[in-house]
Formats: sequence, structure tokens, C-alpha cells
Amino acid sequence: MDAIRLDRVTLARAKRIVLSEVSLAIHPGEFIGVFGPNGAGKTTLLQAILGLLRPVAGRLEVFGVAPMRGNRLAGYLPQHRASVAELCLRGWDFVASAIDGDRWGVPLWTRAPRREVDRVLAIVEADRLAARPLCELSGGEVQRLLLAQALLGQPKLLLLDEPFLSLDPHFQQATVDLVKRIQKDQGITVLFTAHELNPLLDAMDRVLYLGQGRAALGTVAEVITSEVLSRLYGAPIDVVQVDHRLLVVSGHGVVDADAHRHDV
Amino acid sequence: MFEYEFMRTALVAGSLVAVVAGAVGFFLILRNLTFAGHALSHVGFAGATGAALVGASPLWGLLAFTLLAALAMGFLGARLRGRDIAVGIILSLALGLGVLFLYLYTANASQATAILFGNVLGVDTQTVRALLVLTVVSLSALAFISRPLLFATLAPELAEARGVSLRRVAMLFLLIVAIAVAEAAQVVGVLLVFALMVAPAATALRLTARVGWGVALAVALALAETWAGIALAYGTDWPTTFCIVAVSCGCYFLSLLRRPGQSASANAAH
Repeated sequence: MDAIRLDRVTLARAKRIVLSEVSLAIHPGEFIGVFGPNGAGKTTLLQAILGLLRPVAGRLEVFGVAPMRGNRLAGYLPQHRASVAELCLRGWDFVASAIDGDRWGVPLWTRAPRREVDRVLAIVEADRLAARPLCELSGGEVQRLLLAQALLGQPKLLLLDEPFLSLDPHFQQATVDLVKRIQKDQGITVLFTAHELNPLLDAMDRVLYLGQGRAALGTVAEVITSEVLSRLYGAPIDVVQVDHRLLVVSGHGVVDADAHRHDV
Repeated sequence: MFEYEFMRTALVAGSLVAVVAGAVGFFLILRNLTFAGHALSHVGFAGATGAALVGASPLWGLLAFTLLAALAMGFLGARLRGRDIAVGIILSLALGLGVLFLYLYTANASQATAILFGNVLGVDTQTVRALLVLTVVSLSALAFISRPLLFATLAPELAEARGVSLRRVAMLFLLIVAIAVAEAAQVVGVLLVFALMVAPAATALRLTARVGWGVALAVALALAETWAGIALAYGTDWPTTFCIVAVSCGCYFLSLLRRPGQSASANAAH
């Protein structure tokens, strides 16, 4: 069974077609880097996989079934995060707030949920961070707690929306390494959206590149080519290799640099 | 002071209100909604004076208006953000209406002062019974929604993905806030609800970084500050409202001396 399967799926947001008749299959345990220009539909695709957005047409399956809101098989790191950073609440409590958070009642955090929180904190190596209040943590440290939160309940699929946002380049590689280790150790399928290609080059099993309503899925060598990207951008694109780094260049300059950020 | 029945009644009423104000105030601060609480109390003023005008109990008028305003806020939701001017004008209108109702209801001026600034020493046993019911209802409702409320407050995007209806949680919480505001106004009046609902919770958040301890501490502080205020009023003959507000604000100022989050670093284990 595929982890994610799209069969002629069309996704629209506010009546604008974002992805048009896309078909692809992602295997369980794969690490997929998801790229594309602003508005290409990276976030929209993740939201459809989470069941927050229904396809206009076509069939989308997550582990063989149509995605439902509240699906516990999927862990999610959202792109736009509430500004909890000013709150001086303990990181541990922040992570724990997501435990059974969809059920009514009082969060008592008895032994079983406590153990689950400690388990995910250990996975992201944030046991010590969790003892500190959020207002004292850096952006990278808060993000590790968010990653821990996404791992609650042992999801089989991890959807990470722009984890590089507001991260120093130094932390980018550390984040990728951490996610790669989680993917291997836990056998989790990972979809990791980003603008920067290079930090992910070694970690990715395959690349999913979105643009112009279309999608290309394949190895880096197959997808990151002048021909494929020119089609996805609808403009001539060159791919230049410099010291094992790939630069995607359009007529206006380097495309995958930090220049454009906030995505749809 | 316990030999007087009005003192005993005041302590009971004050305690019932303090428990709700402390617990609700904690989430009010986490959700960054403190001024929504303030706004609700202003709208409540028109309700309280309107009720007095038609001969009903000000508490029920207050409650009806705060609940209605909470529903309106819930429905408008995010559209209210950044609409300070519109909200401010509605609040002015509500306060203005309150003044009109007071003018039409010419019985006595002490009624107006009681609504605006509270009069916990004048609370009758009937009101205490009403407060008891409201406290039980609002605390039960808060307990019922507390897990999704905390989740939706701290991680709204993830909560939504996990199937929590952010709108429903926000609406239910605002209704609970409306009850808490109506209750708090009985003790410190509509103008000073902030002091009872926000100050203890804000103090608690500076003293602990844990959610559970925070709620417990906010409730304990609200109770202690209310009792201390009533006792101080008994000893000095100053207005009770002033004494409660002075004690709770004093505690908050004292807590500012301490860097937040220290306790969390000191005891890492849970």
C-alpha cells in the first residue's frame, strides 16, 4: 500500500486551481522534499493530505483511505505557528497540550500521556529544553518542540511545512539531520517542504517539485533538470552544479535562494 | 468580623467569584483576550442598568448582555481583529445606554455606584445562590472544554488538523468568560473586572511556568486577594472594591520583581 496516492487530483483554493489532475504515489518510509515557487501548492497539498481541504476532483488516498480531519496517522508541523514564544509556559506543557487535545475534558496528564510526551521529547533530544519556558527558547529550539508535538501518537506520516522558516542556516542542516534520523529510526514517511534545495540533497529519497498546476516526482537527477523545471516554472530555467550544490537559475537569478518565503 | 451576617455573605460571594475569575482569567491571558473581558464588562453595564430600570435583578441583566456580546464576538471572530475603532464605538454606545437607563431609573444613585464599582458587602443571599449556580455552571463548562481549549490556544494550526473546531472552542470559551465577567462585576463592579480576572492570573503566570500549577495558583491568589481585601475593608472602613483591587494589583507588582520562568528552570522534573 502506498503512503500517499494521488489519482488525477485537482486541488483548488478560493476557486483558484492550485494543482490540476496530478497523479503520483509516495511509498511508506520515503523522505520526500517538496519544492516549488510561491503559490505552487506545497501547503495546499499538505492540507489536502491532512483532510483540511477536499480535492475538487480525483482521488487522494493516505494509507489506502481518503484523508479525514483528525487523522492520527499524520503528524504535522504547520508553517504559520501561533506566537507562543512570548508565553512563559514550560516547553513540556506546550508539547503535552496536544495530547488527546481533540477530546473534551480536563488534561490531567497521567502516567501514560506523560510517558508519551517524554518519549517524543527523547526522540528530538529536547528533554532538557522542555524544562525551560518557551519565552527563553530560540526559534530553532521551539521548532524542536513543535517537531516533538508532531510525533505524538506515533504517526506513520510526518508533514513538515517549511521547517526552515525563521531558522539560521546553521540550524537548517541540524533540522534535516534530525528529521532524517527520525525517518530512519521510526520508519516514518516524511514530506518536507522548503525553498532551499541544498540542505536536503543528501537526506531526500525523492523530490516532488510543484509548479504551474503540475507536479514532478522523482530522484534529484530526474527532476532537478533544466527541462523539467522549465516546464514547471513556465519559464526557462537552468540548473548549475557547483561543488555538489545545485543552483536553480532563471533569467532573473537564483531561484531557490531565501528570496521568496511566505508560501500559499 | 465573622459575627456579622453580611460579612459572612460577602466572603462566600467573594470566594465563589474569585474561583471562577482566577481560572477563567488564566486562559484569558493565554489566549490574549484580556481586553475582550474588559469589553464584555462594559457591555454588561447597559444590561445591569437596563435590568434595574425594568425592576429585574442587575445580575441577570448583566449576564444577558455579556452572553449576547460574547455570542456576537464569537460570530465575528477573526473579523474583529484590528477593528479597535468599531469595538470602541460599540463599547461607548453600551456605556452611554447605561447612563440613559440610569437617568430614566431615578430611584437612587447608589445603585449606579454598585454596578460600576461593585458592592460585595451589599450582596443578598438570593444573589449568593445565583452566584453559586453560575460558578458551578462556568467551572464545569471550563473543565469540559479545557483540553481542546489549551490545545487550540497553544497550537491552533495543529489542533485544527487534529479535528478541533477552533470556532466552537472559541465560542464556548467566550460564553464562559461572559459568565465570569457578570460574576466578577458583583464583587468589584463592571469597571474593575480586569483587576479580579486578570491580575491574579497574570501574577500566577509570572510565578510558575506549568499549566496545572498556573491555574491552581491563579485561583488561590484570587481567593486570597479577595479575602484579604474584604478583611482590609473591614479593618479600615475603606471601600471593599478598592481594598480587593489594591491587594491584587499589589501582588502583581510584587511578582514583577521576579524574572519569569525561574521556577521552571529550577525544578526540571515533573
